[in-house]
Amino acid sequence: MADLDDGLQDTGLLRLGLHDLHVELGGKMVPFAGYEMPVQYPVGVMKEHLHTRAAAGLFDVSHMGQVILRPKAGMEALKLAFEALMPVDVLGLAEGRQRYGLLTNDRGGILDDLMFTNRGDHLYVVVNAACKAEDIAHMTAMMPGVSVEPVTDRALLALQGPGAEAALEAVLRGVAAMRFMDHRVLGEVWVSRSGYTGEDGFEISLPMAGAEGFARKLLAQPGVMPIGLGARDSLRLEAGLCLYGHDIDTTTSPVEASLTWAIQKSRRIGGARAGGFPGAERILQELATGPERRRVGLAPEGRAPMREGVELFAADGTPVGHVTSGGFGPSVNAPIAMGYVASHFAAIGTALEGEVRGKRLPVTVCDLPFQPTTYKR
Amino acid sequence: MKFTKDHEWLRVEGDLVVVGITEHAATQLGDVVFVELPEPETMVAEGDEVCVIESVKAASDILAPVDGEIVSVNTKLVDAPALVNEDPTGAAWFFKMRLDDLSVLDQFMDEDEYQDVVG
Repeated sequence: MADLDDGLQDTGLLRLGLHDLHVELGGKMVPFAGYEMPVQYPVGVMKEHLHTRAAAGLFDVSHMGQVILRPKAGMEALKLAFEALMPVDVLGLAEGRQRYGLLTNDRGGILDDLMFTNRGDHLYVVVNAACKAEDIAHMTAMMPGVSVEPVTDRALLALQGPGAEAALEAVLRGVAAMRFMDHRVLGEVWVSRSGYTGEDGFEISLPMAGAEGFARKLLAQPGVMPIGLGARDSLRLEAGLCLYGHDIDTTTSPVEASLTWAIQKSRRIGGARAGGFPGAERILQELATGPERRRVGLAPEGRAPMREGVELFAADGTPVGHVTSGGFGPSVNAPIAMGYVASHFAAIGTALEGEVRGKRLPVTVCDLPFQPTTYKR
Repeated sequence: MKFTKDHEWLRVEGDLVVVGITEHAATQLGDVVFVELPEPETMVAEGDEVCVIESVKAASDILAPVDGEIVSVNTKLVDAPALVNEDPTGAAWFFKMRLDDLSVLDQFMDEDEYQDVVG
């Protein structure tokens, strides 16, 4: 066996507020985005993944960045300032609702993807762990009329799967009535009906001091199991969701990334507030005429996974792109991948080849997601 | 049974050596979802990458522990890769090798020495 990872060697990593609980539960801790994170618990990635889709999985995602955007001169000014950073409709988001957003750069690439919530007199934003310092600096510099306030004293948990609603309702009354992308403030607890697995579920922000007790109460509910980063990755891949730094980055535009659904009409040509975001020229052009390449789903024909970096070729041997996320999908029981291909080869059903260990193996462009989503709309 | 520092086990069976991965290695890899085996009747040199194991997490190689000829492979693993997690030191053997001289196995660890290595 070569390259066997025997565990942690890094030092200087940050620890999550629930670190001791993860260790007590048998979590295998690995470095991720500057944190020591549980990649899996003793039952392993496969069972954790399948359990989340069958019952409920509890994830500690406290490494992610939570930020409050508070207006210095009224909510409308804040919403318009945030719209100047994203090709997304912020003004039209109702109070108590959450939306997916994308910070873009001047070249139309993606600085980060995020979730933002209208909380009446401010916006609450959740950004990726690896990007949070840069996001906060960017938002602070670009929105002088806004107070950008990192939230550092709260944990963030996700409870996902068909059993999530009953389990959370038993611990925190009032969540069952929420619909997908609703957000509620219940005392000290901030709850969104959302997640990163394709399943119905919730994301729960709460003060660090009470987080371990809250997590233990959830774990005591029937069907709730702790889930590590490994299954989080396979669940999001089956759901066709992008992982920042892999499927999207500063070079990929939202249109190339097949995230046009996140660009509302109001920000497109002919919309009430068309353009006016970084990289608008490229993004609006690509919306009109189509991008040169596109993110697509990829279904390898055999059993060999095609992982990140695998080069893709047309039937005649022409290089057409590469895989950006790939692995094995436990629920679909097959290897699955996503990647970028030249638009001419992006039609569903296109037969390509992926080079794995020097061999060209058949792979077909397919629709996303691999696993149907079960959001409670 | 002998053990290599690369977490493989070697068991003499008649004039052949059976090779697999240790329970420690199987646990570290996690759920195995894909196994690629070499062609039988292949001459290999020590350190050659002869098998590929993919778990839900990552891909790894099995290296030839010594010079010799691979005479047979366990094709059951191709259809049932999970066997590697279920019975790593038994049903989930990977290949059998013929060596010129079985005494080369003396260089490898016995079980107690290996257990000291993996703690």
